[in-house]
Amino acid sequence: MSISAILFWVLSIAALFSALMVVTSRNPIYSVIWLIVTFFTISGHYILLNAQFLAVVNIIVYAGAIMVLFLFVIMLMNLNKESEPARHRWLQLAGTASGGALMLVLVAALKDTELKSQQSLLLEGHIGLIKTLGQELFSTYVVPFELSSVLFLSAMIGAVLIGKKD
Amino acid sequence: MPINYYLFLAIALFSIGVVGVLTRRNAIIIFMCIELMLNAVNLLLVAFSKMHYHQAAAAAIPVANPGIDGQLFVFFIMVVAAAEVSVGLAIIVMLYRNIHSVDINFLNRLKH
Repeated sequence: MSISAILFWVLSIAALFSALMVVTSRNPIYSVIWLIVTFFTISGHYILLNAQFLAVVNIIVYAGAIMVLFLFVIMLMNLNKESEPARHRWLQLAGTASGGALMLVLVAALKDTELKSQQSLLLEGHIGLIKTLGQELFSTYVVPFELSSVLFLSAMIGAVLIGKKD
Repeated sequence: MPINYYLFLAIALFSIGVVGVLTRRNAIIIFMCIELMLNAVNLLLVAFSKMHYHQAAAAAIPVANPGIDGQLFVFFIMVVAAAEVSVGLAIIVMLYRNIHSVDINFLNRLKH
């Protein structure tokens, strides 16, 4: 087993475990911390696939900005284990069963595809580098890029308007 | 690494997110589970992008950057997710200010 295969398995198991902990933690703060761990493992996967730009952006945007926003909101609301509402036991079981059924169906549908023989290139390739992505972003995808700046502006105005005391 | 492994990992992460949305009642946790699902899809997009790169390199197809679209899609998904979180959290804060709870079961009064 090569070192990249070992890294893949370690990162995968860590990602699955921390994702499970996000769902099962009673305390919302712990959920946020576990979600940050999940994002770091996914960034590790990106590095393994040599998508360096996305790995860094994932850490900066998700683990940095978005999760800090979540943490702020949770601390602002003073949520903790005692105030955490719990669903009825049967509803929880039904939700878990439905999620498991979804996973079962997807795995059953996709396990025999012709993709099976395909490989995903690890540790090599230049398409994940900032230079290539930047050139593509500012030539082919320049219109969506500018549109996303409008999206950000409208999201900012929307957040301020919604959060305003009236 | 076979693309199958990435496929199953992403399916598992996505399903965990679905289970979280279905079983939790805290609106913030539901929101975080949606982020988890988005990240599962992102991971799969990057894996497929590298698969296409590998295919094109193996077949010596003269395309400039095979598979780069997948990684740019991931970038745009992150952009949209960031905008979505800012508006969504503003809504949750306003909800908390009005009903002093983030329990989504209280939201059924939107019906009446």
